[in-house]
Amino acid sequence: MGKKHKQVVVLPCSGIGKVYGALARETAYELVEKVRPGLATLTCLPLLVIKDPEAVALVTENPVITIDGCPKDCAKKSVEAAGGQVAKAHEAIKFYKEHKDLKPEGLAEVNETGRKLAEIAARELAKEVDELAAGEDA
Amino acid sequence: MDIQVQKVGIVSCSGEEIPEGTLCRLACRKVLDERPGETVTICLPLFIAGGEEERTFASNYPTITVDGCDKLCAAKATEMLSGKPSKSLSIPEILKKHGLAPPTKLRHFGPEEDAAVKAVAAEIAKAVDEVLEEE
Repeated sequence: MGKKHKQVVVLPCSGIGKVYGALARETAYELVEKVRPGLATLTCLPLLVIKDPEAVALVTENPVITIDGCPKDCAKKSVEAAGGQVAKAHEAIKFYKEHKDLKPEGLAEVNETGRKLAEIAARELAKEVDELAAGEDA
Repeated sequence: MDIQVQKVGIVSCSGEEIPEGTLCRLACRKVLDERPGETVTICLPLFIAGGEEERTFASNYPTITVDGCDKLCAAKATEMLSGKPSKSLSIPEILKKHGLAPPTKLRHFGPEEDAAVKAVAAEIAKAVDEVLEEE
């Protein structure tokens, strides 16, 4: 059993050019606002790019789950470049592969089907959030 | 005769943590969709996570950055990691100029936020025109 945490950082893709970036954000918002409010927390990915001290402290002092929108893995690499360690890294497309009946559409925001898929993905990720908060290796 | 059409790079702050970040993404996306032949974008974190091609973005295109807060991540990151932007826009300044209230939610923007999205997109489009005229 590792150290317990009051916050688990969920960091989604920043992209506005691909549907899975939008799905990554919707999933993160669902986790932070509805599924695990108060425990799951967000920061702006660009803050890590400019090495904002508060954002860097957040990802170096708490467990981090990244949800990337494409194989370039910006979220994961940005955390690592800021000196943080990613506890769990996901690519949003995997949620669609596991739920092929829910095909998301949209670039800046997902459509209604994408929102349903994000709700399911967030519930699945909630288990990881709970385990990381409890100090368990998710 | 070849006619070269210059494209303008738009770099959105993306700001996942603040409503202005969502406004920024939606407005930038609107301009990219409405001006596909004249605009191009890059995901801001690719300045770190990407390769040489991504890091030379601001050298390849005159660039407009759009920021959602006074931390100015898009402007700073573009200048530090790629090249000096041609123009830097600020969402709070645009909203103030148009007498619009800042958005209050992170997602699922609707009719209440429509005026803000349109105002920011119009300012970005105006900046695109200005940059294209200068080129």
